[in-house]
Amino acid sequence: MRNQLPLIIVFATGLLVIVTFFIPHEPFGSLEQRFLVWYSIVAGFTMLLGLDSLVRYHLIKIRDRRSGWGYSLVLLSGLFVTLILGFYSWARYQSPFKLGSPFMYLYSYVIIPLQATMFALLAFFIASAAYRAFRARTTAATLLLVSAVLVMLGRVPLGGWLWQKIVSLIDLLPGTNLSGLKGLEVFARISDWIMDVPQTAAKRGIYIGIVLGGIAMSLRIILGIERSYTSGS
Amino acid sequence: MNFWQRLGALDRRIIYTVVGLAVALPLLLKIIMPIRVSEPVLNAYKTIDELPAGSVVMISIDYDAASEPELQPMLIAVLRHCFKKDLKVILTGHWALGLPLGEMALNKVAAEYNKKYGVDYVNLGYRPGYSALMVGIGREIRDFFATDYRGVPLDSFPFMRTVHNYNQIAVLVGFEAGATGDAWVQFAGARFGQKIILGATGVVAPDLYPYLQARQICGLISGLQGAAEYETLVKSIGTATLGMPTQSILHGLIILFIIIGNISYFITRRRKK
Repeated sequence: MRNQLPLIIVFATGLLVIVTFFIPHEPFGSLEQRFLVWYSIVAGFTMLLGLDSLVRYHLIKIRDRRSGWGYSLVLLSGLFVTLILGFYSWARYQSPFKLGSPFMYLYSYVIIPLQATMFALLAFFIASAAYRAFRARTTAATLLLVSAVLVMLGRVPLGGWLWQKIVSLIDLLPGTNLSGLKGLEVFARISDWIMDVPQTAAKRGIYIGIVLGGIAMSLRIILGIERSYTSGS
Repeated sequence: MNFWQRLGALDRRIIYTVVGLAVALPLLLKIIMPIRVSEPVLNAYKTIDELPAGSVVMISIDYDAASEPELQPMLIAVLRHCFKKDLKVILTGHWALGLPLGEMALNKVAAEYNKKYGVDYVNLGYRPGYSALMVGIGREIRDFFATDYRGVPLDSFPFMRTVHNYNQIAVLVGFEAGATGDAWVQFAGARFGQKIILGATGVVAPDLYPYLQARQICGLISGLQGAAEYETLVKSIGTATLGMPTQSILHGLIILFIIIGNISYFITRRRKK
């Protein structure tokens, strides 16, 4: 019974949620809403669970002086300072988000710069990787490279500027008058086409695969075939 | 090691220095480049522009500070458009770390247009379990947000008294740095027919093109370029427009790196043969 009870609960809940989705009338409609509220509450508690797990893991790491324990100390200090300032701002200003509160100070001058710096570093790594690794070794790699270059040009004003220069240069040839083509923004059009047609076609295929996989996995869970969430086989 | 081999193995510190300069110089010089407005952004603009005054727009902050340079100018431009049109704004978000960014933008833009909290806009804050919340709002928003982010009951705000579910929300605008935009389309759009506009980082935007083609979203503002386009449409130069020369030069630089890297690769390979 100990193993079967979770399976019965999952089966009944899964079935009910499907029924309430297709029959939104009473009593199913309010039942679905109740389930959704419960889900939101449970999701809130999973955050506490995550917090507990995080603190426990790093405390043990610090206690045992495992490699990198100093980072754990920084992480826990950051966590508790943020928590304390958040609660203090809540008590003092009725909301931690109140501009000028200590929490917002921490957010504006520590969290934003740290997160922005982490993400900004990508520009340097991408430039370096593009220089060292983006090689036209095969036909597929060449296609990818050409598409990437065209999209990169088409997505920024540089593409329009470059196209105008190309047309102006061709116009210098005797007997040519292509000034009417200057406003065509060819790179932008090619970029739009790549995004609209080949890119979207591939994405759509991937999405259909993901959704079919999701449906199959959901059915496996509801029917009790997939039981990994019970920690059993 | 000959010239081409040496060029192929260029010290990364030189690349980093060149990239650093390419990013910093245009920002310091405050160059402005002409912005071409694309159709998805124009459609997003038109959708909001055609709303009658007093319509309710729900804005979802689904990003955090890492995506702030791309998405915050978008949010500010859309807020300016909404307040200029006298639309009512409900702010919420599914990324807890992004909500202060929403609050900052709201305070800044509301002050520009003399808009008052509770009368012209409210901030609902964050609740966990976004997929449940998106479906639940379709029935009654108060089941999830009985109060705003400061704990004030929703019914104490005049315009919120008539807002119960998606039927009273004219347009939903989601600013996305992850997969939350998909959920908005699947739960609010597909099930409740909610009109949706999405703004996304350049990395996330390609994922949203299928929704755009299927008309499941009314418009798509993608990346810094999209934000600059929206700024152009609302006629307010912001950080996105100022950032476009940097992005232009950086794109050009990366293309140049790719070309040099490949020339070096092919010459070195031919000599080896």
